[in-house]
Amino acid sequence: MLESWPEIADGIAAVLLILGASLSTVAGIGLLRFPDQLSRMHAGTKPQVLGLLLVLVALAFAWRAWVWVPVLILAWVLQMLTAPVSAHLVGRAGYRTKHLKREMLFTDELADVVASHDDQGRPAASADRRTVPQPDPTDHHGRD
Amino acid sequence: MSLLDIAGYISLALLAGGGIAAIYRIVVGPSILDRAIATDVLLIVISSALCVEMALNHHTDNIVFVVVASVIGFVGSVTLSRFVAERKKEPVEHA
Repeated sequence: MLESWPEIADGIAAVLLILGASLSTVAGIGLLRFPDQLSRMHAGTKPQVLGLLLVLVALAFAWRAWVWVPVLILAWVLQMLTAPVSAHLVGRAGYRTKHLKREMLFTDELADVVASHDDQGRPAASADRRTVPQPDPTDHHGRD
Repeated sequence: MSLLDIAGYISLALLAGGGIAAIYRIVVGPSILDRAIATDVLLIVISSALCVEMALNHHTDNIVFVVVASVIGFVGSVTLSRFVAERKKEPVEHA
């Protein structure tokens, strides 16, 4: 049944398409069922990297043209560059605005840092000076 | 009907399931950040569906949209989370 190279490549593309699409379904199930924002973020960022990679590789096998491979790599590299940044910022905003269930955390290494700083990002007066990083005049705390 | 066609229709059904779940979370989602996450998932479902359609019909018309969609999603969610984080600091609620 599968003897020539185009048929084999189409078979590989078919398998990769189904795998990539099922990751989107898994992300949707996770968005529905997970209880708080951080765990929903864990589910929601799966298809952004691996799912898109599988679908783009399937496209490369379906097209069988080297001309379009750089464009597919560009699409995936842009996604790889932007997905961690946006996930980091969404998680940071979610932590600071208390959108998480603390009883679901095993360890919270960020809590000490947040508790020892005031809202302007400077070390609080009550914090232990040995464990608090000293203010850096060149650091604008993420603002311009 | 070839193997790739069957796989494409199965993939579109799976993507539709993920998209419906994301839309439900956008409608219901308790906070605006949940909606931001679900919007990212919906965007990636749409670009995956464009890829599946291109693989089914053997054309390359939509690959530009797939490239642009990743940048658009980045700008949207970063702007939204900065907005949420900045607005929380303005009122003097700890005084």
